[in-house]
Amino acid sequence: METEMIAPTVKAAPIASAMDAPMIDLRDVAKSFVLHTQGSVAIEVMRGATLQVRASECVALTGASGAGKSTLMRMIWGNYRVGAGSIRVAGVELRDADPRSVLALRRDRLGHVSQFLRVVPRVPAREVVAEPLLALGTPRDEAIERSEALLARLNIPPALWHLSPTTFSGGEQQRVNIARGFVHPFPVLLLDEPTASLDGANRATVLALIAEAKARGAAILGIFHDTAAREQVCDREVDVSAFTP
Amino acid sequence: MTAEAALSTPPADRQDAMPTPMPEVPLLQVRGLTRRYGARIGCADVGFDLWPGEVMGIVGESGSGKSTLLSCLAGHLTPDAGEVLWRGPDGTIRDVLAMAEPERRLLGRTDWAFVHQNPRDGLRMGVSAGGNVGERLMAVGARHYGRIRSTATDWLGRVEIDAARIDDAPRSFSGGMQQRLQIARNLVTHPRLVLMDEPTGGLDVSVQARLLDLLRGLVREMGLSAIVVTHDLAVVRLLAHRLMVMKDGRVVEAGLTDQVLDDPQHAYTQLLVSSVLQV
Ligand SMILES: Nc1ncnc2c1ncn2[C@@H]1O[C@H](COP(=O)(O)OP(=O)(O)OP(=O)(O)O)[C@@H](O)[C@H]1O
Ligand SMILES: Nc1ncnc2c1ncn2[C@@H]1O[C@H](COP(=O)(O)OP(=O)(O)OP(=O)(O)O)[C@@H](O)[C@H]1O
Ligand SMILES: [Mg+2]
Ligand SMILES: [Mg+2]
Repeated sequence: METEMIAPTVKAAPIASAMDAPMIDLRDVAKSFVLHTQGSVAIEVMRGATLQVRASECVALTGASGAGKSTLMRMIWGNYRVGAGSIRVAGVELRDADPRSVLALRRDRLGHVSQFLRVVPRVPAREVVAEPLLALGTPRDEAIERSEALLARLNIPPALWHLSPTTFSGGEQQRVNIARGFVHPFPVLLLDEPTASLDGANRATVLALIAEAKARGAAILGIFHDTAAREQVCDREVDVSAFTP
Repeated sequence: MTAEAALSTPPADRQDAMPTPMPEVPLLQVRGLTRRYGARIGCADVGFDLWPGEVMGIVGESGSGKSTLLSCLAGHLTPDAGEVLWRGPDGTIRDVLAMAEPERRLLGRTDWAFVHQNPRDGLRMGVSAGGNVGERLMAVGARHYGRIRSTATDWLGRVEIDAARIDDAPRSFSGGMQQRLQIARNLVTHPRLVLMDEPTGGLDVSVQARLLDLLRGLVREMGLSAIVVTHDLAVVRLLAHRLMVMKDGRVVEAGLTDQVLDDPQHAYTQLLVSSVLQV
């Protein structure tokens, strides 16, 4: 980890060139749901969604409850199908993408901190956090070391590292989730309420992690109900109500 | 690691740590697989590709053809039509259905493994637990008794069977222990493809979790591929990269697991997903 840090001068050039093309690029995206169990009518929930997020930029999605913030995030993550239009993430078109390319995207370029942690029971917290690195082929010792460093930074007591997070408190689970999202320097990050249910010190740590990710060139899209947090880390806001049909 | 390094190919200094690069040919290509039982459809026109390191889940109501499909793939049942193309370790692609019986049996002992719904179908009930595991090692050429026994002991430990039970016959085991033993017997030879029919069905949640973790580790570290039939959508979400939904012998929906579960398109999948509380 620390030993792997590369001097800022080395990484400046490639990031500047990556800044030209948006890392997240939505054009005229629409989405409707057809509920076959409820009369099969198509419910249109989004139309004309267009937005771009570039490297080193953090954009917040805003809008009233039900406006479509989560729907938009899910289409970018790929667990909701793109209804119409185009979504490109790190150059990959998600509309009608085959599962394999979405999986590859999630493995090395697209990170996600979901609102709730979902893990295999009995897997220790340190393994849960190390998993994205192991999936990339990082040697086990190094992956665990980086995982533990991040858990420590997020104030998860070492006594908990070998326990499954399924029995952790809500705030502890959320921090494990955040550690897992930040353990690999994903160039694109989706954050769903990353600071909800965190106390002052932990909230500050998460905001620092976001700022560091931006500084290394990550393109970040997030939902933050925490207004102060949003103002501190986000460069601009996109109100998704504008895309409500 | 820097952001731009993660953007495209791995940097040179990390290449040796990467798993072997994914070849651009699937491990398994299934086309038009059909099996009837008289006038009744077992499975019809099933097709998919499976890539190395990929886990595919199959869900569907009882009688939808999941076991029929798996048995056809494994060669336990002869399909009426279709192809099962397998890419061997040497890179050659063969139609498994066209192989001679001895060759297919060899495949079933080496590169392929089959975990039956009922452990009695996958174990030798009169042979000791250690023997059940060791037998598979011997089938692929292991000869050193001490090493076979220590590997068997190691695998019993991985599936949480007390080493003290190594000389007991599976007859004296509980159903859950038998299932764990069957899994150890199948994975000990490091197959490249594992077919599993409801592997965690009769197991308590904590043992299920242990097996899921074990499988995920093998998938990650050895590039193991698996096809897993299950009723449990929570298991599928945690284990499978891709999901196939069957109804009346046919595939009605297939795709990325979380997309099929969170944004199901077909009426039957919507029903299936909405009938469980939260997965
Ligand atoms: N899987 C789904 N099936 C049917 N309708 C859905 C589905 N997901 C979202 N919707 C609908 O899409 C609309 C937008 O919902 P979404 O969850 O995106 O809102 P949100 O802005 O995230 O709200 P909140 O702030 O409350 O989380 C809502 O009308 C919702 O009911
Ligand atoms: N040996 C057989 N003879 C006649 N019909 C059969 C035979 N085996 C299966 N079938 C029929 O084929 C269809 C598919 O059965 P299959 O066992 O593949 O379903 P399944 O999806 O595995 O169900 P389950 O979830 O209950 O295990 C069913 O209609 C079944 O009755
Ligand atoms: Mg939401
Ligand atoms: Mg069956």
